[in-house]
Amino acid sequence: MEVTQVLFNAQSIDGTVRKNAEESLKQFQEQNLPGFLLSLSGELANEEKPIETRKLAGLILKNALDAKEQHRKFELVQRWLSLDATAKSQIKACLLQTLSSPVFDAHSTTSQVIAKVAGIELPQKQWPELIGSLLSNVHQIPAYAKQATLETLGYLCEEVSPDVIDQDQVNKILTAVVQGMSASEGNIDVRLAATRALYNALGFAQANFSNDMERDYIMRVVCEATLSPEVRIRQAAFECLVSISSTYYEKLTPYIQDIFNITSKAVREDEEPVALQAIEFWSSICDEEIDILEEYGGEFTGDSDVPCFYFIKKALPALVPMLLETLLKQEEDQDQDEGAWNIAMAGGTCLGLVAQTVGDDIVPLVVPFVEENITKPDWRQREAATYAFGSILDGPSPEKLTPLVNVALTFMLSALTKDPNSHVKDTTAWALGRIFEFLLGSAVDLPIITQANCQQIVTVLLQSMKDTPNVAEKACGALYFLAQGYEGEGEPSPLTPFFQEIVQSLLTVTHREDVGDSRLRTAAYETLNEVVRCSTVETAPLVLQLVAVIMMELHNTLESQKLSSEEREKQSELQGLLCGCLQVIIQKLGSSETTKYAFMQYADQIMGLFLRVFACRSATVHEEAMLAIGALAYATGADFAKYMPEFYRYLEMGLQNFEEYQVCAVTVGVVGDISRALEEKIVPYCDGIMTQLLKNLSSNQLHRSVKPPIFSCFGDIALAVGEYFEKYLMWAMSALQSAADLSTHIAGDDELVEYTNSLRNGILEAYSGIFQGFKNSPKTQLLIPYAPHVLQFLDGIYMEKDMDDMVMKTAIGVLGDLADTLGNHASSMIQQSVSSKDFLNECLSSEDLLVKESAQWAKLAISRAISV
Amino acid sequence: MAPHDIRRPFKRAAISDQQKRRELSLLRQAQNRRDAQQQARCLASSILSLQSAAPESQPEQSDIELETVPEAEPESEAFSKDLDVRQASKLRGPEVRKWFARQLMLPEWMIDVPDRLAQDWYVFARPAGKRCFVVSSNGTTVSRQRNGSILHHFPSALPAGAKIRDGSGSAQSYCILDCIFHELDQTYYVIDMVCWNGYSLYDCTAEFRFYWLNSKLEESGACNAPSHYHKFRFSAVPVYNCDQSGLHAAYTGVVPYAKDGLLFYNKHALYQTGNTPLALVWKDENCSQYVIDTDGKGEIPSQQQVVLELQDDRKLVTSDDPPVLFGCLDGDIIEKVWF
Repeated sequence: MEVTQVLFNAQSIDGTVRKNAEESLKQFQEQNLPGFLLSLSGELANEEKPIETRKLAGLILKNALDAKEQHRKFELVQRWLSLDATAKSQIKACLLQTLSSPVFDAHSTTSQVIAKVAGIELPQKQWPELIGSLLSNVHQIPAYAKQATLETLGYLCEEVSPDVIDQDQVNKILTAVVQGMSASEGNIDVRLAATRALYNALGFAQANFSNDMERDYIMRVVCEATLSPEVRIRQAAFECLVSISSTYYEKLTPYIQDIFNITSKAVREDEEPVALQAIEFWSSICDEEIDILEEYGGEFTGDSDVPCFYFIKKALPALVPMLLETLLKQEEDQDQDEGAWNIAMAGGTCLGLVAQTVGDDIVPLVVPFVEENITKPDWRQREAATYAFGSILDGPSPEKLTPLVNVALTFMLSALTKDPNSHVKDTTAWALGRIFEFLLGSAVDLPIITQANCQQIVTVLLQSMKDTPNVAEKACGALYFLAQGYEGEGEPSPLTPFFQEIVQSLLTVTHREDVGDSRLRTAAYETLNEVVRCSTVETAPLVLQLVAVIMMELHNTLESQKLSSEEREKQSELQGLLCGCLQVIIQKLGSSETTKYAFMQYADQIMGLFLRVFACRSATVHEEAMLAIGALAYATGADFAKYMPEFYRYLEMGLQNFEEYQVCAVTVGVVGDISRALEEKIVPYCDGIMTQLLKNLSSNQLHRSVKPPIFSCFGDIALAVGEYFEKYLMWAMSALQSAADLSTHIAGDDELVEYTNSLRNGILEAYSGIFQGFKNSPKTQLLIPYAPHVLQFLDGIYMEKDMDDMVMKTAIGVLGDLADTLGNHASSMIQQSVSSKDFLNECLSSEDLLVKESAQWAKLAISRAISV
Repeated sequence: MAPHDIRRPFKRAAISDQQKRRELSLLRQAQNRRDAQQQARCLASSILSLQSAAPESQPEQSDIELETVPEAEPESEAFSKDLDVRQASKLRGPEVRKWFARQLMLPEWMIDVPDRLAQDWYVFARPAGKRCFVVSSNGTTVSRQRNGSILHHFPSALPAGAKIRDGSGSAQSYCILDCIFHELDQTYYVIDMVCWNGYSLYDCTAEFRFYWLNSKLEESGACNAPSHYHKFRFSAVPVYNCDQSGLHAAYTGVVPYAKDGLLFYNKHALYQTGNTPLALVWKDENCSQYVIDTDGKGEIPSQQQVVLELQDDRKLVTSDDPPVLFGCLDGDIIEKVWF
């Protein structure tokens, strides 16, 4: 096959030509993978070939080695590993050769391909000579080849985990990289490539950072690079410092003073991309110290691995003025641009983190700045003052902040209505929101909002909702937190008298002409949701009235026809918001008997609307509607059966939606809701549901996070249908057993531990539901053959000693359920298990009351089973 | 320039209501699943989640005040009489209802005036609502209606009623209150106290129980407004001596709840499960909305309907609380009705 021509055609502007070319490439790949990869790497290596085809050849090679989707990636890795060894070594030779090509596109693509191959082979202990051959002649080759080599090392470090490269090779990589960074290297591109490579290699340098001399050397080179005349090098060097600040926080003491000097000069004088990284360094130190101090304050006092060096506290007198200066460097119109990120925003963010780190100490350093600037004629000064004030509201104690806030509140309310500048109003509304967010909650006794000023606050916020979209959005946000502040207070909320007015204003906002292009409409509905969630029994009749209003809105969106694709997208977004709002209302009204009863008059109509919503294609809308239906099923109970004939196909559709796995996950949860609501009336639908759920479990395309809920759902169904579950028992038990075997032992990182525990929990909930479901049935004996495995699973996870309290509670409950249902059939089995002794005793004396409660129940069930 | 990938510009709203909706739904589903599971487990044992309430051997806490109470028995004995877990566990369906009904003290209709009414009796306005047992133990509180179904499962400020790690209340402590749940203000009105903080009050006089109820309930914080660890408010009801002014106060006095008749309790009576002549109930149109039927317009129809329950022993009773026996049917009639 003449691959050059095909690669050319694949980039043709003529669609047919392009399609044909892509088709023949695909065929080539499927019919002869080694030949395909070999000719691509040949094309990439051939200096005679045009740049375009070489570049595309590299890209296709890369895509043949890696993919975003986990299962696809796994497939590609397996395919590469099973290739013929000769072909592989030929391809790798071509790649290494291309690395020293003078053509930039060729060597730059190649360095990524090499890293991908390394990512597959090094963990398998293959290609051991790679790093040696990359470094063998790094000093003698031309600058462009050196650059390519350093880039390859950088990508390689990004691709593989530190434990697959031995320390000797790490040392060699670091030496090459640090030498490439140093001032003696004359070529700017080489220095830049080296600095970026170091960023990726830092994770490999644990041993080197423990050695004073080596660490000093690396730190010196990085700090020097921050002073390079080339802006990209300075930026990359600061990125290294940011990474060091989190990876090697505990090694920073000797350098922190120098770093402060470097960063503060960069923040004040350097170009924005560099200044942003310099600020990020301090934000990152704050993150570290907040974590450490949180651990200090937590239950395991003093057991933290890393001590806090209080860098922020010590730097405070110089750090805070530096950050305050940045606040004055706002961009015009930054509030209109959703993605804006600039020095002022980064500085304010950092100031907020500093406040969280040091608490009260920041207040006296910021207050003079606020006082000095808040009344200045230049909007930048007023905005910066307000931003500074808003930034420090999370961290210092309420005792320290409340007197200040009480003074500021009146001023802010007046600024929000009267300030001529929109930025100032925007920030003022945001700062008010922060006051409500952090200083209202029931924990704080000092009143900020009184009967006297509540009226004024509400009036000002509602008025600001008529302001420009960005100010209105922030006003909605402030109202959100104001409502939240009174959540769960038993007494009548001071907002109750304004409920009607607030709801009306929010609905008006959603109808603004200019609502389309901003987040305003979303913010208004989110606020409406929170207002409903936090409403009290006095306003329940008003919430009930809202049902009809939102239903009408949703109805209207379903009536409009012939929309452009852009309009349709907006329409879906609105439908999602409306379904979300209905969900919140249903959940609210469904949680009390009186309101639930009154709400039921709307159930048929609402369900009718949801069914129509499913006819439109949008994942978000489906998810929202599905969640709302779950809440509806809970509220209607067994009566939900009448909706099932029509609803069932959408339920099945949701369960089949692997692509948008959130929809699938939510649907699985709704199956649980419906099982509990319908109980045995769900039987006619069980065949379809169980078949799909079992199919989902065996698929490797479904996101793994959906699998634990599927198991829990087995339990829900079994509990609902009782002995009818017999039909599925064999299949369900076999799926449960294999998952149980897999999840007994955990080997991996925290994330995997967490996942495994959630999987165990799902499995255990399934067992619980099944045992309880079969209780008192003549078919109880069907479960006896499975009992040994269940007990073995319980013993297994108990021995592992790594389950969380949640799993512990569910597990000991299963022991009780097994005893409860099987009674004396299982008594000897139970008595032989470790779980019934050590595990049970451990749970009985648990600190966690839920665990203890389950254990007491299990104990009772066991004693009954044994004695009968 | 794009924002830092891990650092969200904090002036942008950090709230994602969609995520919040998802999480709240998951929370609700988890709670519903727990409730369903719990109900299944409780059906097994038909008990009040009291398994820990009767520990085999538990060292008694010394409580000076309580020791002065005459005849106060250790609670385990009091329970073994009435709440035999093993026995109750065999009950199913309607049996459960009967068993639970048996745990509550039920008044008889007041058809004449007892002797020494003014001296020996209390009177109070009965709140309208659901009669239930409220049991707090092991950091949770469960209310069960007479039919054994769970009304609520919630945290409360009652001793052992919520999971708060302040160490208050030993693991063995628990409470059983005889309550009426009043829908409108979502409040549990406590009409009697059966056990408090691990101590049984079954064998205490009403006089003592009411005294204890009034002082302890307030003290526990259970009368406070609802909060995160205290989902429903509890309230005692005003109890009067049965003299003229007390009767007047109970009959006409304003209370924060809808009235459903007057209850009379003999001061010297112990808490006795089932019907007892030492507790009486009176209803008329002034103190109960349920005394007479009204139609949709609120008018009183010329004929009042009564639904009667035919019991297995051929007795015909009303479904009032307590039931009134109308008479007994002979076998002939029963067969005719049957066919």
